[in-house]
Amino acid sequence: MRPSVRFLDQNLIEQIIAEARDLLCTLGVQISNPGVLSLLGDHGARIDQAEQRAFFTPEIIDKSLASAPRAFKLYDTKGNEAVDFSGENVNFTPGSTAINILDHGESSVRRPGTADYVRYAKLITAMEHVASQSTAMVAADVHERISDSYRLYLSLLYCDKPVITGAFTASAFEIMKNLQLAVRGSEDELAAKPLTVFSACPTSPLKWCDVTSQNLVDCANHMIPVEYVAMPLTGFMAPVTLVGSLVQHTAETLSGIAISQLTRPGAPALYGGSPAVFDVRYETTPMGAVGTMMMDCAYSEIGKHLGFPTQAYIGLSDAKLLDAQAGFETSMGATLAGLAGINNVAGPGMLDFESCFSLEKLVLDNDICGMVRRMVRGIEPKEDFPSLPRFNELLAEGHLLISDHTMKYLHDEVYFPGPVIDRANRSRWQEEGSTTLGDRAHAEVERLIDEWEGTGLGDEIKSEMTDMMATEAKKFGMDKLPELL
Amino acid sequence: MSIVQQLIEKLQKGDAKSVAELTRQAIDQNMGPKKILDDGLLAGMAVVGEKFKKHEIFLPHVLLAARAMYAGLDLLKPLLAKDGIPVIGKVVLGTVQGDLHDIGKNLVGIMLKGAGYEVIDLGKDVPPERFLDAAQESGATIVGMSALLTTTMPVMKQVIDLAKERDMFGTLKFLVGGAPLSVDYAREIGADAYCFDGVNAVECVKSFTVER
Repeated sequence: MRPSVRFLDQNLIEQIIAEARDLLCTLGVQISNPGVLSLLGDHGARIDQAEQRAFFTPEIIDKSLASAPRAFKLYDTKGNEAVDFSGENVNFTPGSTAINILDHGESSVRRPGTADYVRYAKLITAMEHVASQSTAMVAADVHERISDSYRLYLSLLYCDKPVITGAFTASAFEIMKNLQLAVRGSEDELAAKPLTVFSACPTSPLKWCDVTSQNLVDCANHMIPVEYVAMPLTGFMAPVTLVGSLVQHTAETLSGIAISQLTRPGAPALYGGSPAVFDVRYETTPMGAVGTMMMDCAYSEIGKHLGFPTQAYIGLSDAKLLDAQAGFETSMGATLAGLAGINNVAGPGMLDFESCFSLEKLVLDNDICGMVRRMVRGIEPKEDFPSLPRFNELLAEGHLLISDHTMKYLHDEVYFPGPVIDRANRSRWQEEGSTTLGDRAHAEVERLIDEWEGTGLGDEIKSEMTDMMATEAKKFGMDKLPELL
Repeated sequence: MSIVQQLIEKLQKGDAKSVAELTRQAIDQNMGPKKILDDGLLAGMAVVGEKFKKHEIFLPHVLLAARAMYAGLDLLKPLLAKDGIPVIGKVVLGTVQGDLHDIGKNLVGIMLKGAGYEVIDLGKDVPPERFLDAAQESGATIVGMSALLTTTMPVMKQVIDLAKERDMFGTLKFLVGGAPLSVDYAREIGADAYCFDGVNAVECVKSFTVER
């Protein structure tokens, strides 16, 4: 039996969806993109051009839900299957788009550069329990207009894993698509074997800006998967109640689904989000708040009810350092995400309201992900019945350390974390240097980066991507790209 | 690949059958039993011990390797005895009187056997004099005592004090272990070492074993 958690019953799910549909049809959605408004109008939506508002119809919503795929997969740069977004499969990916990096032993943060990103991409290669990479940081040593495509470029150069990413501008989509075409070789191959997922965020309440709605259209046209990331904030940009915010989240997500599916039926997508309880004491949006996590799990239930694979920014922390808060918020989120069966869990490595990345936290979180992956496999008998022979063996041998049964199931049953997690007795811990978690995580970061062995991507493809990126950089006044180490 | 190299490799894999066959071949080729033991079996176990310490392999793999080592050692024992070569070392082991917690002690015993030592396991609830009698009878030079309870820890001192009375203190090395113990406590009662786990116990015993 797979362990699970549920926050909503069927009646409540259906009521939330019904209310969201009503919002879409009655209040409509503001969409600052004439092309998208026109698309919706062509399918029967009433359009208020002056207000840039589209009033959806039940038919549009039903049609969109009917054509959306129920599952899809991602493939690495070599074309191997890497991530399966279906059923209750739980896949982890790092949090994304941090503007700061926290160095080991420091309490203040700094802007990351190319060298930091390369180290990250090498490290994520070795993270066994993190299925995909994300464009986790924004390198500050390139022009901001290429900072979205540049991080995808670095990711593809230094790590084979598929990439969870996104474009900051509508125009950046072109090179971000072309980088993927360089890897795959053709549009058909890219559609057959998706390499990336683009995050696209509506603006609460009930708005799509020009850039993100255009991203949805562009991605759908090329069958590049998207994840809808609606971000209602309870009691601020959404009702204070979790149910009220879920209604809003559902409406915003359904509107995104409609834009994608009307553009190209069958376009792959994750039912995602990043709602948060708004902390009215600090004016912040805590990702580690229990209410935030509850909403994540709940909208995933709604998404699954509608037949979608799901995504959430959960399993991350608002702590400023790699401290106890970082550990408990990440673990609590990752555990709930695992139990909820969220298919793409975005969070490892991230601190400080998703603004700060820590390589040391990433290696710790990799073990948290490993534990969650073990947990969701549940408890199942493995040649345990009848039990008498096993206990006869135990009594006869005095232990079962080298029993055939032990050797067969040891690694399947028991999750063994890496050296970051302290499992030594105190004396041994002292003998090994009385290290802190941060010390051990830092040593592991350096070891794994040193052991990086390159990627499977050919030199020709890398050169092609570098030429593309250099050309793009020139458009914004950069004569050359930062040196790669 | 030489026979000793093959021995080292098969031993690491816990392949007892191959280790026995290779040991037999080495004996047939007139390789001295001490060389087979030192360069093959013990060298292989040393590699296994290092890998275990680095968490590259786990306890079951160490024990499988140890079982393989014994498959070879059993063939060598008569030859070693014939040549007057002692088998590595002997250790008397027990959980002290009043204490029935023997999981840690058992693990130390398994690890010591795995490292090639002869272990005289006295079990649990062992009275002080029994440790010394067993050492005297077997010729063991090392006595290992374990306790889980703060109430039974003082028995360890009784054993050491008794050894002093019997004039055996200088000839025996006393190792102590168990959750409530510490380096300081070991020093306080006159023990030679505090062992915090099975690997550490093997290292301590090795450091006290007289070069053969």
